[in-house]
Amino acid sequence: MPTETSALPTATAPRTERDPSAMSRTVRRTSRRAPRSVSQTSSRLLAGSVLTVFVVFFVLPVLWLLLAATKTDQQLVHDNPLSFGSFGTLADNWHALSGFQDGAILLWLGNSALYAVVSLVITLCVSVPAGYALAMTEFRGRKTLLVTTLVVMLMPTATLVVPLFLEINAARLIGTMWSIILPYSFYPFGVYLTYIYFTTAVPKDLLAAARIDGCSEFGVFRLIALPLATPVIALVGFFSFVANWTNYFLPYVMLPESDQMPVQVGVGNLLTSVPQFNPAAGTAAVERPELALATLVAITPVLVVFLFAQRFLVSGMLAGATKE
Amino acid sequence: MTATVSPVGSGRRPRGAGRGWAGPAFVAGYVLLLVAFGVLPIGYAIWFAFTDAGGTFTGFSNFVTTAQDFRFVDALGHVALYLLFWLVSLVVFVVGLALLLHRLSSGRISQALRFLYYIPGALAGAASVLVWLFMLDPTVSPVSSLLEALGFDTFGQVIAPGNLPVLFTVIAFWTGAGGWIVVMYGALNNIPGDVLEAARIDGAGAWKTAWHVQIPMLRKWIVYMVILAFAGGAQLFVEPQLLSLASVGVAGRDYSLNQLTYDFAFQMDNINGAAAVSMELLVVSVSVAGVFVARSRFFDAD
Repeated sequence: MPTETSALPTATAPRTERDPSAMSRTVRRTSRRAPRSVSQTSSRLLAGSVLTVFVVFFVLPVLWLLLAATKTDQQLVHDNPLSFGSFGTLADNWHALSGFQDGAILLWLGNSALYAVVSLVITLCVSVPAGYALAMTEFRGRKTLLVTTLVVMLMPTATLVVPLFLEINAARLIGTMWSIILPYSFYPFGVYLTYIYFTTAVPKDLLAAARIDGCSEFGVFRLIALPLATPVIALVGFFSFVANWTNYFLPYVMLPESDQMPVQVGVGNLLTSVPQFNPAAGTAAVERPELALATLVAITPVLVVFLFAQRFLVSGMLAGATKE
Repeated sequence: MTATVSPVGSGRRPRGAGRGWAGPAFVAGYVLLLVAFGVLPIGYAIWFAFTDAGGTFTGFSNFVTTAQDFRFVDALGHVALYLLFWLVSLVVFVVGLALLLHRLSSGRISQALRFLYYIPGALAGAASVLVWLFMLDPTVSPVSSLLEALGFDTFGQVIAPGNLPVLFTVIAFWTGAGGWIVVMYGALNNIPGDVLEAARIDGAGAWKTAWHVQIPMLRKWIVYMVILAFAGGAQLFVEPQLLSLASVGVAGRDYSLNQLTYDFAFQMDNINGAAAVSMELLVVSVSVAGVFVARSRFFDAD
């Protein structure tokens, strides 16, 4: 923008007299080492403290949760909230927790893993070719399919829970793992991510060249497109896994039996056995540190994936809404 | 095999002409799932919403009956109030924090902070509610002194009905804001450096640059966030549901519209009523999504 910059000095000149921030800027420009003005230091302090307050807000509950699992219920109430109990207590809590309904927590974790992973596999097998075809081929109804995908993608998953229940019920699949695996497998966001990836990162000419060399359509996909798509496959896999693992409403409705629950629903169920939250909890009572530990165990897989896929996932969240 | 015959110039692309089967074959599996779990459920909801238990067409009677249920208007009000708090806090704090992070001179600190803000996203769903049940219980909370300073001495006082919209906002913000901060930060990074430089030379300070340059350029992202948060927030379920479990139904029972659909379907055996309320929620989210896709040009469907 050369024209704008050339016009600027004249435009700024009259402002320097009344605008204090512009004054301080002139001062800074003349000597960079000059002490900062009071207003600038205080605004920096303010910014720093706002950012810090939010660090506390976001991190403190997680930290508390980690520590709570190492304490007894007594310590939870009387000790400093951010004190560490002991590894022995952690082990005791684990024993007590895994004793709940003969190891229900392990069963729930297994269920979650089964549901999340099977759906993930189906999601990948279905959405990667679909995204590829939407981006790289021409066919009737392509545009309609794309727009439908976008609309469904923007609908929150909870919208469809009761309608899905009606449908699954009619298909007599309630109480089977397919009642949640199949709906999970339908993951329009994955198709959209793959579509974006192929339109932006893979040149069509590359595929054309392979076709000229006599490659079949399936061969082009498998030998050229798929190897190039590894990053987006990982990305779709990540998002799908997290979405499946953290879903609550759908399994809550579809799988009411304790032995089929995923861990999210199971932990919610555990809550009703904690006397402090539910005075009618009765004999099979669960103590609060056990509930904290159960929560921790329930989120660990997602947390681990978060830590390892950090960089990666940031790029994916941006790619979800921009083509550049 | 037209492509092999003609050594095509760069201007013409052999774009699958005569290969019409490939596209449909690749999308077949997805289309099957889309129909089965995206379109068909909507058909089921419509069918059940307009019929009675015997399958006879009843017009709008299910809509009327459910709307007259004593809990319906309350639930609608709860969700509306919650949405108001949730959207305002999201816009103000997400944009504000993203701008602050963007001004940090140290890239490493900024990156670390974004990650810390993002961590609670791993606790989405039931886990976040459980954590906050502890945070809000003065007997075990690490911020019990803060709660007491605000005049809350017992868990019961904290979860008084009037506080719920704020509490659900806090929980939703805690899990969801970090992701949006990352997105906003990325969008801020996309603003060309010379635009900011021009503003700086023009004498605009941090506030003016943010207000007159950066926020207007973030507009479409803010709209995107508000739309998605609105659609998601209208579906409020897990927070009040778990709260009602934790308080023996004292707080959070039949609080949101989705809880009502659940109650109609599974407690009152009124599947058709549940379908009617579901359909209302469906119409809201489909139209919001549809208008957004059609009008915003945000998703470039080619």
